[in-house]
Amino acid sequence: MDYNISHLKELEAESIFILRDVAAQFERPVIMFSGGKDSILIVHLAHKAFYPAKIPFPLLHVDTGHNFPETLEYRDNLSERLGAKLIIGSVEEAIQSGQAVEEKGVNASRNMLQIGVLLSALEKGKFDAAMGGARRDEEKARAKERFFSHRDEFGQWDPKNQRPELWNLFNGRKQMGEHFRIFPISNWTELDVWQYLAMENVELPSLYFSHQREVFERDGTLLADCDYILKRPDEKVFTETVRCRTIGDMTCTGVWKSNASTVEDIIEEVATTRMTERGGRTDDKRSETAMEDRKKEGYF
Amino acid sequence: MTDNTELLRFTTAGSVDDGKSTLIGRLLYDSKSIFQDQYDQIKDATERRGEEGVNLALLTDGLKSEREQGITIDVAYRYFSTPKRKFIIADTPGHIQYTRNMVTGASTANVALILIDARNGVVEQTRRHAIIASLLQIPHIVVCVNKMDLVDYSQEEYSKIQESFEAFAAKLDVVDVHFIPISALLGDNVVSRSEKTPWYNGPTLMYYLENVHIASDHNFIDARFPVQFVIRPNTDEFHDYRGYAGRLAGGIMKKGDTVTLLPTGFSTKIKQIIGPDGEQDEAFPPQSVTVLLEDDLDLSRGDMIVRENNQPEITQDIEVMLCWFDSSRPLQQRGKYSIRHTTQDARCIVKEIRYKLDINSLHRDLDDKNINMNDIARVVLRTTKPLFIDCYRKNRNTGSIILIDEASNNTVAAGMII
Ligand SMILES: Nc1nc2c(ncn2[C@@H]2O[C@H](COP(=O)(O)OP(=O)(O)O)[C@@H](O)[C@H]2O)c(=O)[nH]1
Repeated sequence: MDYNISHLKELEAESIFILRDVAAQFERPVIMFSGGKDSILIVHLAHKAFYPAKIPFPLLHVDTGHNFPETLEYRDNLSERLGAKLIIGSVEEAIQSGQAVEEKGVNASRNMLQIGVLLSALEKGKFDAAMGGARRDEEKARAKERFFSHRDEFGQWDPKNQRPELWNLFNGRKQMGEHFRIFPISNWTELDVWQYLAMENVELPSLYFSHQREVFERDGTLLADCDYILKRPDEKVFTETVRCRTIGDMTCTGVWKSNASTVEDIIEEVATTRMTERGGRTDDKRSETAMEDRKKEGYF
Repeated sequence: MTDNTELLRFTTAGSVDDGKSTLIGRLLYDSKSIFQDQYDQIKDATERRGEEGVNLALLTDGLKSEREQGITIDVAYRYFSTPKRKFIIADTPGHIQYTRNMVTGASTANVALILIDARNGVVEQTRRHAIIASLLQIPHIVVCVNKMDLVDYSQEEYSKIQESFEAFAAKLDVVDVHFIPISALLGDNVVSRSEKTPWYNGPTLMYYLENVHIASDHNFIDARFPVQFVIRPNTDEFHDYRGYAGRLAGGIMKKGDTVTLLPTGFSTKIKQIIGPDGEQDEAFPPQSVTVLLEDDLDLSRGDMIVRENNQPEITQDIEVMLCWFDSSRPLQQRGKYSIRHTTQDARCIVKEIRYKLDINSLHRDLDDKNINMNDIARVVLRTTKPLFIDCYRKNRNTGSIILIDEASNNTVAAGMII
């Protein structure tokens, strides 16, 4: 008998361990559900971790109002199928009520507004642990993130003052009013996620697969044409066969020319591609340390 | 690329400027784990710094503050894979003051990669890294003698370094040490064999990492299952269901096995094992499973399922090699801390600081009881309730603890049980 497991099974075991530790160590954990494959993976792993009990956490979705409609449909189906409670934080409402101010101009995005809405949804729900699908391979600033990431009472992350994590011992202790961000799939790469989703036959939002869409080009990136983006006069709309590599707001999620129509095609594409998945996100291009700056303020 | 490759975790350590970042950059680059946009970014950054070519070292530069200082200050994790294996690198900085990071990175590593500048040979930092690898029981050590291009690929220089490392390592608890002459900058013996070192017959670094035998790095002998979480669905269908969820910390557990429960000492049998894909006949580390027992006995988080004739030590007195992490306060004699061991939480008091270990010379200082950040000391602890322990040499999972400061909630120390 060979007591060896594949890297995907080992990553799965590690993530399940983290999810169970969160259930044991925190009083009110929540899964931050973005609708992307990474948060879908977390929900899938949580389902396995607690089977045959239901997932003991609600799903929190920050709806910017600029989501792809496909994302919302998928989200509603998933939470219904698993019997998981869904909580929605609305950026639109925050703008309406004056708690947030919309950015103006061609590159306007509600990305920064999400932070405030997320933090107030966490506060309102009294959530003490918010699980997210961030992975360390995504971006330089994330390479040093912990599984259990401590946030102060303002929701801020201090990269210089993180708790060391050793062996399988995770320290989730905190003062009143503080909370944790938890990243159960920290050690997965984009390719691992796809390979695992394929192996498990997980149903995914249609946006990930190639489809025809009206698009236009900006700074070398294709964006989906929609009412939420102001186009410059020289930006011409055309039809292209594309797919999303990440799922975020329509305003800042680039779409890619692709014919990948199955998960296997996507794996092939990811394995041979020359660009990181965040390479298509205009929000990361603002400066070399864009992600790190947003992180310090409490972005995922 | 197949989906049944193994996972290997390794740490990298070296003094500043030994070429660690360059080496990691090269492993990522040569295994095609670098994307075009990342490559363009570092190319830009190289130019902006007024340097020539593409500085692969910039790839592994993490946070802004570090980029400004030009040094790495925390553990950063990197990923790459080849058709044979997926690799996780815990990249730890080489400064004197960051023993804490090295210990953190080493805690889960299969392999320690120690870099030596061929011009400088074995230096204080090298010894410190080797000592930490030995304390943390990293199963395999590979010593890369780097910058061979700067010593004309001299076999003599290389052999001198190898001998001096071996002489020192003989005093340590390390079993598997390998040496490789490389040039991280030029790529010699990193991924492809170098023509400049015809006298070297061993594997390249990449070949070594892809093939070193890690399947027996876990303990498959002493069955240990710390209960992490109790699953109680409370539905009609699963009315009396009580599943004990956890991760195998050691040994193999099979359906039908007679087991003993700690701390009660009751015996029962394993009725069922449920894994991520449903029922399975047996479970072993590092699997996460749910165990169902024949009898309705009430277990909770922190309890442990073991075999009757193979039990851990059950004790409130433990002796550890402790690495102190806290910069704000030294370890307190008679101080009280929270202690975490497997899934068990307790409190403890520091009964005695036996000695401080000089991690450059291995000298034991019996008089110095000032244990500050990055110091390592042998310490006796008394816990408020019994823990189910093994010595760290036997099992890294049931032989490790952390201490938590009760006021700040910070993790202030890590300990290896002796
Ligand atoms: N000639 C030569 N220079 C090297 C080699 N490896 C690294 N260097 C140079 O040594 C310096 C320090 O390397 P770096 O990777 O930043 O070191 P780190 O501080 O250990 O991360 C840089 O200027 C590298 O270009 C090598 O194999 N040969």
